Amino acid sequence: MTLELVADYAGALLILAGAAFCLAAAVGLVRFPGPLTRMHAATKPSVFGLLLILTGVSLSLRDPKVITLLTLAVLFQVMTAPVSGHLVSRTAHRTGQYDRETVEIDELARDLED
Amino acid sequence: MTVILGLAAVLLVTAAALALWRMVAGPTPLDRIISSDVVVAVVIAVVGLYSVVAGNATGLPILLVLSLVGFTGAVGVARLIASAEGVRKLFDRRQAMRKDEE
Repeated sequence: MTLELVADYAGALLILAGAAFCLAAAVGLVRFPGPLTRMHAATKPSVFGLLLILTGVSLSLRDPKVITLLTLAVLFQVMTAPVSGHLVSRTAHRTGQYDRETVEIDELARDLED
Repeated sequence: MTVILGLAAVLLVTAAALALWRMVAGPTPLDRIISSDVVVAVVIAVVGLYSVVAGNATGLPILLVLSLVGFTGAVGVARLIASAEGVRKLFDRRQAMRKDEE
């Protein structure tokens, strides 16, 4: 009984933390200047926030089937998030949508010149 | 418990509203597709929150599908913009060559 209550509260707090991650990403999306900086803020909740929320759901529901499903969901997200992140940042770089004044090292531009 | 989950719901609604504002306002297509990724993350969070509040697992397959195909939109738009840019550069180069011939 008490253990179940503790698991329920821990799950709810983890979901709250994940929701706070989503809100932080959205605030970063509104406040940051260019696509690359916005992506820096936006990609955090899609992996770590998702991990927090799905751990919270697993702790609240406590069903082996649910835990298997959510583990798969986290696995798929971890596999697919780098693909979209790579392509979006590559496109941002190639179309010149970044602040060249503040860039200190630009290895991709150096490699593209070769 | 209800207070914690209600607070999480408020945070998620605010996050979705801010991301949608960026999707409407965002000057370039890349900004819009990045904010649509955030909206997908918020939808995943909301489905998880709903299944905790309702106490059943019927919504969880939606979550699996979203985490599997959520990245395709960003990949498609990024490829589209990149290839459009490449075609434009090629066009500019051809036009410059044609002017040189004249």
